[in-house]
Order: sequence, then structure tokens, then C-alpha cells
Amino acid sequence: MVLKGFWWKILCMALLSYTILAGFLGVVPRRFILNESIRNLYFHVPMWFGMIFLLLASSVASILYLKKGKNRHDRFASQAANTGIVFGILGLVTGMVWAKYTWGSYWSGDPKQNASAIGMLIYLAYFVLRGSLEDPQKKARISAVYNIFAFAMLIPLLFILPRLTDSLHPGNGGNPGFNSYDLDSNMRKVFYPAVVGWTLLGFWITDIRIRISKIEEALDYE
Amino acid sequence: MAHLLALLKKELLLEWRMRTALQGMLLYVVSTIFVCYLSFRLKTGAMGVPTWNALFWIILLFVATTAISKSFYQESANRQFYYYFLCNPEEIIFSKIIYNALVVSVLGLLCLAFYLLVMGNPIADLGLFVLNLVVGSVGFSSTLTLVSGITQKAGNSTTLMAILGFPIILPLLLMLIKVSRNAIDGLPWSDSQDELLVLGALNMVVLACSYILFPYLWRS
Repeated sequence: MVLKGFWWKILCMALLSYTILAGFLGVVPRRFILNESIRNLYFHVPMWFGMIFLLLASSVASILYLKKGKNRHDRFASQAANTGIVFGILGLVTGMVWAKYTWGSYWSGDPKQNASAIGMLIYLAYFVLRGSLEDPQKKARISAVYNIFAFAMLIPLLFILPRLTDSLHPGNGGNPGFNSYDLDSNMRKVFYPAVVGWTLLGFWITDIRIRISKIEEALDYE
Repeated sequence: MAHLLALLKKELLLEWRMRTALQGMLLYVVSTIFVCYLSFRLKTGAMGVPTWNALFWIILLFVATTAISKSFYQESANRQFYYYFLCNPEEIIFSKIIYNALVVSVLGLLCLAFYLLVMGNPIADLGLFVLNLVVGSVGFSSTLTLVSGITQKAGNSTTLMAILGFPIILPLLLMLIKVSRNAIDGLPWSDSQDELLVLGALNMVVLACSYILFPYLWRS
């Protein structure tokens, strides 16, 4: 594993405590439409960052698996994709609740919403593929091929979809947002630590799941 | 290169000798369009343009998926082993992709002809539409050939082909629908230039992925 020791777990806890405290108690700028819901920036947006980082790590692990054939890479790839899906679902849910109050409905066909829904479909299919293969080596190799291919197609999707329709997201299509020019410098102080904190939490969960899967495998073996 | 051509020739010969498969696909195209036509209960040309366009591409997506899903299980495992013994995996995947692109293009053009006949013709710029159709067929075949290679290793279920293929093919499909909408509206080609470039780039990404990944798929 890349992250050795426990320093990053402490860092993760510290950053997340800071995020929650400063996120709920800190001063936020008043913006039209958004009002207090602007605080979702600290919780919803980092879910996406976490998801993308986890899925990226998963496909890198798949590449390593194909190159070296080490079992641990496959295990990491599948568990990171798993956590990535959880982050994606959390991102969708936090976004939908927020959208209900700011845009008026849970689902408004926003390109970012659609892209993430498609992302979920791709990675759920990845697990169906894993489930339908019996032989562990074959399972690892074939799902690695799919994982890399899927990620390579997910990236253009994230860039193409927004070109087709206007986004309702803050910062797009004339909505007030957190773009470089109006992301308040006070909000940055919470937002960047929040992204790092939530991403680290994602890797922590992945780490624990990897250990669980190792134990399960050992128990099956006996 | 010589291997590639020989493999391609083999695929075409095989298809020609077992014409039932091709005839089956043609009938599939015709009956799908006819089902759609009757379900919408249309007088010719009464359908809205966005529906016309989306329906055409969805039919073509299903046709391509069905046609390509058989690309690896037509021949016995032993014979495939023999080919892999003789050629590189890269040659095999490219021959399959080229062959599938030919088949899907032909099916697509026939599909378009029959679709125009029953559903009416709103297309202003047929040249751009056909160009887009051919680019789309190449894209469908390169994406779905690798997916069909994956599903073949996993017991070749049609469900798997659809759930693995459809979300991946979406960026391609959306761009194709956009360009063909431009063609229907008769916008100048310069308006579709960006989209066509993106389509070309997507095809390159898919081909590169196939080239790199297929050897690993084959090794099992």
C-alpha cells in the first residue's frame, strides 16, 4: 500500500473535524438562491473529488495488475471501485437533497447529475462482471481490462456532457457559484482541507475493506 | 499486415458462406423498425424530429450490439486457439474491428434506407448524415468488439453485453445524435466540425485501448 503507517489517518480525522466545525459554524458569504445551502460545498463537492480519486486509483491498480499479476493490486482495484461507488451514491444523494431546495426538484437532468449516474452504471456493471466469473485469476484479469477501458471512456463523458446542455450547477450558465472569481477566500480555507479529508477517508475505508476481504479469503481457504 | 488481410478475408468468407446470420440481422433490422413504426402508429413523417433521430440511433445501437455480440463465439475455442497461435492478438482484434465496422456500416445504411421509407425523411443534408453514420458504425464496432471479447470470456450472456457496453458507448452515442441532428436541420458542416473531431478522437481512444488491452484479454 502506498499509504504506510497511521499518520494519514490522524490527518484525515483532524481535517474532517475541522471541516465539520468550520463548515457549520464558519462565516459564509450570502449569495442569491444559495444562501446557507452554500455549505454543501464542503460535503457534496468533496464526495465527487473522492469518487474520482478512488476510481483513478482503482484503474491505476488495474494497470499494475495487468503488468505484474500481483493479487493485491486486483484486490485494491475492486475495493477502491467499491468505495468509489459509495462516494458516488453519497454525492448523488447530497446533491439531490440540495437540488430539491435550490432548483426545485430532485432530478433536473443536469449534465453533472447524468454523468455521475452513468458512472454508477459503469461501476455497478463492473461488479456484475466480477460476479459472473468463477476462476479468480480470470476474474482479476478480465475485470481489470474492463476497468481500464471504462475509466478511459468515463473521462471524455465528463467533458462531453456539459457541452451538450447547460448546467444548473453553481458557477455554470450564469448561476452564482464558487468559481475562481467568486469562491470566497474564507470558503477556500475549508474547502481544500475538506477535499483532502474526505478523499483520505475514502482510502481509509478501502484499506479496511481490503483487510476484511483478506480475512474472508483466508477463512474460505480453511 | 498480411496476417490482418488474411484474417479479414477469412471473416468475410465465413460470413458469406453462412449467409443465414447476415440474413437474420437484416430481418432483425426490418422487423425492429416495423415494430417501432406500428407502435408509434404514425402517418409517414408525423413524428417529431428529435424522436425520429433518437429512435433511429437507439435502433442502430441495438442492431450493432446484436451483430457484434456474436463476433467471438462464431468459431470453436479450438480454432480460436489455432489463430492465436499463428497471429498476434493485435492483428486479431483489428481484423475483427474492421470486419464489424463493415458489417455495421452496411446494416446501418440498409437500416437508414428502410427507416426513411416507413418513417418519412426529414433529413436536409443526407451527405453529412451518411458520413456521421459511417463514423458512428466504426465507433460502435471498435467499442463493442472489445466488450464482446470481455463477455465471451465471461460466458457470453447478452445481458452482460448490454450492461457493459451501453454506459461506455454513451459519449459516442450522444455526439452522434448531436451531429445527425445538425444534418437533419441542414446546418453548415462547419457547425458540426467540433463534434466530428471529438468523434474521431473518441474512436482513437477506443482503438488505442483495444490495441493495448486485448492481448491481456486473450492470454486467459
